[in-house]
Amino acid sequence: MNIKTAKYKVYADGTKSVQVTDTNNLEYSVPMNNDNTDYQTVLQWVADGNTIQEAD
Amino acid sequence: MSSYIGRGIDQIDNISTLDNLSFNGSLQTFNLTQNSVAFVPVSADALQIQIDGVIQSGNYTVSGSTVTFDFTPSGSSVCNGIKHFGVGLLTTVSDSSITTAKLGADAVTTAKINDGAVTSGKIASGVIPSTRPNANPLIINGDMAVAQRGTSTSGITGSNQFVVDRFRFDEGADATLTMSQETLTSGNAFDVGFKKSLKVLVTTADGSLASNQSEQLMQQIEAQDLQLLKFGTSNAVNLTLAFWYKSNVTGTHVVTLDKSDSTRTTCPVEFTVSSANTWEHKVLNFNADATIKASTGAIANDNGTGLRVMWNLAYGSDYTSGTNGDWTQNGVSDFSTSNQQNIVATNSNYVELTGVQLEVGEFTSATIPPFQFESYGDNLFRCQRYYHKNDTTRWIGAYKRHDADTAFYYTMPRAMRTTPTLSSSDLGFFSNMQSALGSALSNLGGYEYDAENGTMIVDCDSNYSGTHTFIPSWESQVIEFSAEL
Repeated sequence: MNIKTAKYKVYADGTKSVQVTDTNNLEYSVPMNNDNTDYQTVLQWVADGNTIQEAD
Repeated sequence: MSSYIGRGIDQIDNISTLDNLSFNGSLQTFNLTQNSVAFVPVSADALQIQIDGVIQSGNYTVSGSTVTFDFTPSGSSVCNGIKHFGVGLLTTVSDSSITTAKLGADAVTTAKINDGAVTSGKIASGVIPSTRPNANPLIINGDMAVAQRGTSTSGITGSNQFVVDRFRFDEGADATLTMSQETLTSGNAFDVGFKKSLKVLVTTADGSLASNQSEQLMQQIEAQDLQLLKFGTSNAVNLTLAFWYKSNVTGTHVVTLDKSDSTRTTCPVEFTVSSANTWEHKVLNFNADATIKASTGAIANDNGTGLRVMWNLAYGSDYTSGTNGDWTQNGVSDFSTSNQQNIVATNSNYVELTGVQLEVGEFTSATIPPFQFESYGDNLFRCQRYYHKNDTTRWIGAYKRHDADTAFYYTMPRAMRTTPTLSSSDLGFFSNMQSALGSALSNLGGYEYDAENGTMIVDCDSNYSGTHTFIPSWESQVIEFSAEL
């Protein structure tokens, strides 16, 4: 997953996920769970200086 | 003539003295007797006949209890004696008298062992384990039967690519590849029961790898399923990896076990592709040594990656400092050996793989236990812990609240490894079972995942104008759930 953009999504129960769009314009809903390897990729993307947009 | 000191040879066991013959100058055939009783020698060579003081040799034959000379002894000739060297000395060995030392190496052939005569007590401990320590194969989908995502993907240029379940390909150079599930109809792998394989084909070559570039096909095994390996202790087990492999590129290839968590510990093992375009069975040993037995060799008991089994298609020089068969803790630099080939160097190069099994113990091609064929259903179920796709059934019954959010309760085929990532190539549409409700869906998501039961709320935004309303149906949607390692 090569991340182009990332944005939070807030659910009815108040939890969040990260809505990722990759460089092929495919969209993913990535749970904020450290065991999820896609979320590890998101965290690395943030560590590289990128920012997750706030939810609408 | 020197004297013989000792008892007479007629007193030695199994040497018999026969009655002397009487000659009449006309007969050539005579009856052999001992104490006037017919005597049957075991062969002509077992007899020593002396006539007129001369020991006869090669001039007579025996048949039953008669001897026939090829000349006619004269009537004046005298038979001085007949000795028979018999049972227990020359021709028949006494019972229980052959010692191990008297047997030559490899003297006992299969034909000399009676069918069903080898008992378990004759097999040394550890040569053939009575049972595997693992109930299910450590490698999932080793026969490449399950491919939930589809049977082919072309234009591969990135990492984390799947076609056949559980086998991930990382393209980390400047090549482009196609990965496909192949159907076997002939060949050595087919002959032993494999009907599917995974093929990685080079469609755009990269003949000049940068030092930090790589191409690898792998299966990552969940850590908590590998505690039986006892890595990080003095009881760490040996491992044997076996697989069927085919490539147009002959020569040295490398497969690596990579324990990636905590202190990375890796072991590359070389193997040879002898014949191009031919299925060959490879059996490779990864023996536990002091490095993997050290505490830093331990595999964490969790749901992360415990071990990566990596077929190395190409590695730049940053990754090729490993030593064949050695576990080391030098990071990624020891992923492979300097003999590693660049499979992506030429267009149309390929590797094809099936029948992958990872066994506890040290085996050879002669002793490796048979591949554990699972039913398709069991195989699929194990794969679905890491990935599944829902693309054929409509979902019934959801609630759309005051805004765009619409929530469905979804039960997965099984609990997944961890909270899955959701993605979709087609979100389909909501309907009342007759016509569409709204025109566009977006912003797929999931929450309240139940890790024990595999249920979650799947949420999607709709532009349908209704609020606080029941949504009867979600149709034509394709939703993928991934909890891959």
